[in-house]
Amino acid sequence: MTSLTNSIGPDVPAPALSAAGGDVPDYFALLKPRVMVLVIFTALVGMVVSQGHVQPAIGAISLLAIAIGAGASGCLNMWWDADIDAVMSRTATRPIPSGRITSEEALGFGLFLSVASVLVLGLTANWLAAGLLAFTIVFYAVIYSMWLKRATAQNIVIGGAAGALPPVIGQAVVTGSVGIESLILFAIIFIWTPPHFWALALIKADEYARAGIPMMPNVAGPASTRRQIVWYSLFLAPLGLAPVALGFGGLLYAVIGLVGGLGMIAFSIRVLRNNEGEAEKRAAMGMFGFSILYLFALFSALLAEQSFGLFRPVLG
Amino acid sequence: MPEPDVQYRPLTPAEEARRRKRSVAIALALGAWVLLFFVLTIVKLGPQILSRPL
Repeated sequence: MTSLTNSIGPDVPAPALSAAGGDVPDYFALLKPRVMVLVIFTALVGMVVSQGHVQPAIGAISLLAIAIGAGASGCLNMWWDADIDAVMSRTATRPIPSGRITSEEALGFGLFLSVASVLVLGLTANWLAAGLLAFTIVFYAVIYSMWLKRATAQNIVIGGAAGALPPVIGQAVVTGSVGIESLILFAIIFIWTPPHFWALALIKADEYARAGIPMMPNVAGPASTRRQIVWYSLFLAPLGLAPVALGFGGLLYAVIGLVGGLGMIAFSIRVLRNNEGEAEKRAAMGMFGFSILYLFALFSALLAEQSFGLFRPVLG
Repeated sequence: MPEPDVQYRPLTPAEEARRRKRSVAIALALGAWVLLFFVLTIVKLGPQILSRPL
């Protein structure tokens, strides 16, 4: 039996991979699986710090829907940014720029999963949570990817709101409303995002310039970016302790928040002081790596305290 | 409107293998979708929904 594929004539050399569709892992890669894991984790923490109870199956299906919604927004981001991804070493091997999946396939895949994830979350949990997920997808795919990213050096500052929303969605799943706990977690991720990404942008400034993306180091200069990284870290360290002050972060969280916050400040000062050659690169990569560890440790502490009975109140 | 006179090339064995994998993945995803809605229905409505008076 002769298999049929797209309408490419026999004499035309066909781009075989894109013409016949990608492999299953390519479609999975479109969903940015590492981001999905982070979203599941932060949404789960948003659920456990909430004053409420959710049936475990409802919670699990809701987390799945949130993760797929986040993956769908990542897919739409890859669809829109394929031209940029093609000229940056970090992203050139992604499925669309490498020709394994066509833009049209990615767009259809992303749109379908966006609608499906929002509908499933609405039917599973409630329509506030579904509305927040829809807002997150639109904010990331349209406001950030299509507009902010190529328009302003504040792109990842404002766009960071999309990455900060999963705990809020998690709390909406459990309580049907948005409370101070998830809003504090939102603020922590929101303020954490600029120093995290700008550390990477300092190293990749040339690539961003080649791709025409107005990242902070390219627009305001490396020196200004380093100062802003310090300011954001100085603000983030006390903000990271807000859960303790509000009573949903215990002793374990307080210790990790304090040590981690001081670490963020120390790493940011290292970035400020090392502005040339290998030392600059090492300092920026150190900041980038530590910022991931810091956020992961903060949220892990909350999860451990609320889920494994480790909560010991610090105040009162 | 007349059909455009297009010719198709046969898929290579590698492309056919990828298409088969995609088909299996779609089938599994559809199965998971049905299972998900079944579980959701049972959890939200409860098993007693099946023994209510008609």
